[in-house]
Parts: sequence; structure tokens; C-alpha cells
Amino acid sequence: MNEAISVSGLVKTFGRTRALDGLDLTVRPGEVHGFLGPNGAGKSTTIRVLLGLLRSDAGIARLLGGDPWRDATTLHRRLAYVPGDVTLWPNLSGGEVIDLLGRLRGGLDPRRRDELLERFELDPKKKGRAYSKGNRQKVALVAALASDAELLILDEPTSGLDPLMEEVFQEYVRAERGGGRTVLLSSHILSEVEALCDRVTIIRKGRTVETGTLSELRHLTRTSIRAELAGPPDGLENLPGVHDPEVKDGTFKCEVDTARLDGVLRRLTEIGVRGLVSQPPTLEELFLRHYQDDLRENGQGGSPGSPGGGGAEAGSR
Amino acid sequence: MTALAGTGALTRLALRRDRIMLPVWIYLIVIMAASTVSSTKGLYPDVASRAQLASNTNSTPALVALYGRVYDPTSLGAVSMLKLNVLGAIAAAALSIVLVVRHTRADEESGRQELVGATAVGRRAPLTSALTVMLSTNLTLAVLCALGLTIAGLPVAGSAAAGLAWGGVGVVFGAIAAVVAQLTAHARTATGYSFAALGAFYLIRALGDASGSGGPRWLSWLSPIGWGQQFRPYAGNRWWVLLIMVAFAGVTTVVAYSLVSRRDLGAGILPDREGPARAAPGLRGAVSLWWRLQRGSVLGWTIAFVVLGAALGGIASNVGNMVGSQQAHDFITKLGGEKGITDAFLATDMVFASIFAAAFGVQAIGRLRAEETGQRAEPVLATAVSRWRWAAGPVLIALLGGAVMLLLTGLTSGAVYAMQSGDGAQLGRLAGAALVQIPAAWVVVGVVVLGYGLVPRFTSLGWAVLVVFLLIGEMGPLLRLPQWAMNLSPFAHTPKLPGTTWSATPLLWMLAIAAALVGAGLWAFRRRDLTS
Repeated sequence: MNEAISVSGLVKTFGRTRALDGLDLTVRPGEVHGFLGPNGAGKSTTIRVLLGLLRSDAGIARLLGGDPWRDATTLHRRLAYVPGDVTLWPNLSGGEVIDLLGRLRGGLDPRRRDELLERFELDPKKKGRAYSKGNRQKVALVAALASDAELLILDEPTSGLDPLMEEVFQEYVRAERGGGRTVLLSSHILSEVEALCDRVTIIRKGRTVETGTLSELRHLTRTSIRAELAGPPDGLENLPGVHDPEVKDGTFKCEVDTARLDGVLRRLTEIGVRGLVSQPPTLEELFLRHYQDDLRENGQGGSPGSPGGGGAEAGSR
Repeated sequence: MTALAGTGALTRLALRRDRIMLPVWIYLIVIMAASTVSSTKGLYPDVASRAQLASNTNSTPALVALYGRVYDPTSLGAVSMLKLNVLGAIAAAALSIVLVVRHTRADEESGRQELVGATAVGRRAPLTSALTVMLSTNLTLAVLCALGLTIAGLPVAGSAAAGLAWGGVGVVFGAIAAVVAQLTAHARTATGYSFAALGAFYLIRALGDASGSGGPRWLSWLSPIGWGQQFRPYAGNRWWVLLIMVAFAGVTTVVAYSLVSRRDLGAGILPDREGPARAAPGLRGAVSLWWRLQRGSVLGWTIAFVVLGAALGGIASNVGNMVGSQQAHDFITKLGGEKGITDAFLATDMVFASIFAAAFGVQAIGRLRAEETGQRAEPVLATAVSRWRWAAGPVLIALLGGAVMLLLTGLTSGAVYAMQSGDGAQLGRLAGAALVQIPAAWVVVGVVVLGYGLVPRFTSLGWAVLVVFLLIGEMGPLLRLPQWAMNLSPFAHTPKLPGTTWSATPLLWMLAIAAALVGAGLWAFRRRDLTS
């Protein structure tokens, strides 16, 4: 039980809505963990349960070895949180909010605070009501990053930041990982996830649909292949892992589950290959596949049960 | 006319949002008016009894200051209007202020107006739709009140005048709120300033009405509430007063429009200042954060309480000399205390101070909900601050602040009274009279804390509870409510000090109830989900 966060079978209902429906999430110490899912999938609800702001209806949630609801206060000393939608007190200046949140958590490093203010180009003298969305987000980020918390919980922390500031943010998160801190990063920005995260968990409708390292997940998606063949494409269509095969004028096109690529290539070379174009799977494809599961449920995708059910739509975008 | 584009759609949206609040509020005012008339009819059935009441009231400046004069002692309507006129006017004014701020500054502050403003909605449309809703609400109120009063058995013309007087006062304060909402960037400040204006105009009218023939009686004509009374329903029906109201509201509205076209969306006219780059060392805990957030409001209320205390002390010094007749003497004695007229007057008004202290408490606890729904609670509760500690701030401010304000009222009124009467013992007597008011105010705070702990939406019901308690105390005897109903109000259990013998038992009970309510509320809050 030395995981930073371990959640299993988490259920949370709001009236008739089942916001979390048996969610699982494991974050190991020292990793940056991407937490993804379409809008309304339950990311913020999970985070609020982990922060002891909401009480789960069923399932187990452990945070830094404690119970997030019962031990909230002591656990919160060891973590810092950046909400997705930062609202500030209209008549407190940004600098005051940063200091206050730091002190409430149990202290912050003044040198680091000043350095962060400079790097994020944030004016701490403005009152809360005068900040733009991006600047409000920076206030919360500076307060969190200037702390010495061992766990950072970031809920879409870069929404509203410009690309330059996004770069600064990524630099600091990388440094955090280097310093042995654990980060749970909920995000929609795929490049950010790809650049920062060791492992990711994808959720949908309150359930975990995929979890693992990025290369493991890449493995679960499909490579698209287009081959000019020397002979007739006998038996190719029925190979395991082949989807949406298409034969036209001696050219064979299909999508192959990346894990089954080997067998397909072997058969292709047996037939004889004159030309071959293969496109590696992209993360976008992976995410879109999960984000678009509604389409699959409506019967517009490939065979149910295969890991790449909706890849065709994803790939064609 | 592009500046007005979309006004119709916005007005329909506003009416849709207020579809419950408006009918309930109007219904309550109409019912209050009609039932007061029927009970007045029962209590003062003939001309002689009415004349008696009128002369007693008119010769007692303390009562005149509170409610105004009876302008036709023979008329049932004019006698019914004694308390009703000022209460109805304040109710209409409060409704109008809430309506206008809610549909102008509050929408702008929350960003809703930005969403709407980017569609085909003109620059002046939000203000116009808010004013339209406010105006039609007051018109409906005027018509229904006139109808209700007529059905209750009063002459049609006077009833129409009474309805128009209330509606007119409502429109005037709605227009004032429209200007204030342009000046400040925050809905809460706008509401606060508008209600402060209402309070100031009430005081101006009180001063004018209570002064003698040589005094500044003209002051009443500087106050919209005074206009409502000078309309003199059932006592001459001076229709031309309506022109003053319309003219004032018209000019004020023009000012509001000219301010709208001068400022940016989201900004006030009063500029934003820079804050410190670092937090002061004192800003280090949840309670100090709450103090920082509420100190302005605490200061404002404290000043109001000190002014109230000084005014009470000043009036008290003259009450004895001002009572005209033996009947008046008996009348005021019946009103509250058993000993002296002055004591009775002070005891009555100390209850008002207690109600104000409760109002302060309701407002302070309301901030808990505002912080929670405004999503400013979440980042604080995600630090090492427990739910208890976070909620403790407003609870402490509500309880201790209310107690300190009551004590200050007692001390200032006692000091002024002691100086003017040369009787130093009054200081202690009035301080004591103020202190016994604390438990009742705390019970109200407890009710609100419990509501907040259970369901945050219930927090605003605190105002309704307070108004019900106030009405039970003010109108209960007139409406002949059964004793158990009157006992529901904690203010009914406060000893009528100074001047009577009293026991500590009800006070201890109320303290225990308040403690239980606060404890249960905090416990419930600890166990529930944070809403967002």
C-alpha cells in the first residue's frame, strides 16, 4: 500500500446521476499521471472525492496512505491543489492569495514564490477581480508550485494559459518529477500529456476504460497499412486484428491492431509486397476512440469487444 | 434603437427566473395589508376609539418617529395605515432594490451578462429590462394592494392611493438601486449601499415627522418614504405627490442610463486600486481570512448600531415630556413595559436592535454559502483547514459581532441618556437591557447555521425566518395570533428591559437552543458534500 493514490470501485451519485460508476485509479509515487476523459466523465468529481470535498457512496479511495474524507486536514498538508476554474476573492491581491494559501497549507518557499512570479510574469499587486482567466490560473499555479507538497493535484491547470506560459508550466512539472514529487494531472491537452506523463488513465462515464504507460496504450491502437501486392490478397481479410480491409486494383488497405502487426506483415511478405505505406498510431486516435464511444454504441464502428472498435472514425478525421 | 435590442428577451428571462419570488413577495404584502385592515376594524370599530388611538399616537413623538402620523383620526383607512404605510413602503422598496441589482450588477459580476451581451443584445437592454420588470412589479403590487384593501372594506379612492404610494416608493428605490448598481463593481456592495439609502431616508423621515411645529418638519419631504406617507391615503388622497415620485424616479433613471454608456462591462465607476504584493503576517488562517472578507461589513453595521444607540438615548430623554395625555400614557405603557413610559419606549426599541443584530448574523452566515457556491471555499478546504475551522469564522463573526454591536447600542444609548438626564445609573441599566437581547439574536443565527449545514440553499431562508419573527412581534397582537404562534419568535421571550422584573431562565434556554442549533449545523456541514 505505498501508492500515492489508489482508488478502486469508486461510486458517487448526485440524485439520479451516477457521476462515478466503479472508477479505478492508481498513481505511483514519483510519477506524473495523466487523467483524461471527455467533459463530464467524472474527472473533477474524482478529484473532489480525493480532496475530501465530496463523500464517496461506495468503493475505496486512499490518498498518501490515508482516508481522504476522514484524514482530510492532515493529508492536505502534504498536497497542493489547482482547481480547473479558479475564482479569487475580489478584494484580495494575487500576492495575498498566494501567501494565504501557502500559509494555510503550512508554509511556502518565499524565494521560489518570487521566482515563479517572475517566470509566469504575474503581477501580484492586482486585486482578484482585475485578473483575467489565465492570470487567475497563474495565481493558483504559483501557490501550488511554491509549496513543498509531495503530491500535486492539478485539474486542467493550463486552461487559459498562453503557449509561452504552457511551456513554463511544463518545465516546472518536469522539475517536480525530477525532485521526486507525484503529480496527478487532469488535462485535455494531448501534447501536454504526451510531454509530461509517465502513465495515463482514461475514464468515461465514471468508469476507467484504459490505464497504462503511453507506449502500452499505443500498443492498443491500430496502425494503418496500405500495400501494393504482387499477388491476390488471399486470407488477409480474415487474419486476426485486421479491420476495415479494402482491395482495389491490387492495393490492399486496412487498419491493424498494433499488437497483431507481426502476423499481418508476415502474410503480406508471403504474398509479395511492391510498395508499403504504414502510419503509426497517434495518441489522438487513442483518445478520440474513447471519447467517441457513443458512436460505437450506436453501431457505427467496428466489431464490439475488439480494442480498436471505433478507430475507423478516429482515423478518418 | 440598437442599444435596446434584446430587451424583450431579457425581460422574459428575468420574469422566468423570478416566477416564484415575485408572486410570493407580492402575495405576502397584499395579505399583510388586507389582514391588518380587518383586524384594525375589529379593534377600533367606532370613530371614538379610532380618534383615541390617533390622538395618542400623534402626541407621542417616539411612535410618530417609528411609524408616522395618523392624518385623519376618524377614518378607518387612515388608522389602519398607521404601521402599514411604512411597512408596505419598505417592503416594496426592498423588493425593487433586490430586483434591480439582481438583474443588472449581479448578472454582470457573475459573467452571465457577458454571455448574453455577446449575442444580439444592446448596451442598454439589461438595465431597461431590469427597470421594466421592477416597474411592472410595482404596478402589479399597487393594483393588487388597492384591490385587497378595497375588498377588506375600505374606500376605493383611498385604497388606490395607498397602492400607488407603495408602488411609487418601490419605483423610486428601484431607480436609486439602478444608479448604485452602475457605481460599484459588486452586487453585494450595490445592495448594501441601496439598503443604506433606504435606512437613511427612513431616518430622515423619522426626524422630520417627530419634530414639533417649530422644528425641521420639511425633512419628511426629503425622503421618498415621507412622500409615501404624505400621499395621505384615506386622509385627503394627495394624488399630486405621485408626480414628485415619478419626477424623482425619472431623473434618477436618466442618471443611471448616462452612467451605463460611460463605463465598461464589468467595471464600476469607482476605480479599482492596487493591493499589496505580499500578505500581511496576520493573514494566516481561515478565521483571519474571514475577518479580512467581512471587516468592512462589520464596521458599517457597527457604525449603524452606534448611531441607533445615540438616537435612542436622545429620544428617550424626551419621551417623558412628549407624551400628551393620560390616555397616551396608558397606551404606551400597554405597548411594552410596566414601569415608566421611557422604559417602555426603550424596551420596545431594544427589541429592534436585537432584530438588527440578528439581521447582521444572517448576512454574515450567508457569506458561507456565497463562498461555497462562488467556488472560493474549495481551494481553502483543499489546504490543511478543516471544515469546522472554515465555518467557524462567519459563525464567530455573527455571534460575537452581534453581541458587541448590541452592547455598543446599549452603551451609547445609556451614555447619551445618562448625560441628558443626569442619571449616571442609566448607563448600566441600558447596557444590561441591550445584553439580554443577545440570546434571541443568537437563536436566529443558529437557525441559519443549521439551514446552511443541511442544505446550503436554505441559507437565504434565514431572511424569511427573520421577517416572520419580526411580523409575529409587530403584527401578532393586532392579528390576534394564538399565544403558541407568538411564542415561536425568540424575540417574544426576551425580557422587556429596562424597567421590568425579569428572570434568566428564558435567556439560558435560548442560549442552549442557539448552541444546539449551531452545533447541529456545523456537524451537518462536516458530513455533507461541498456543492459547487
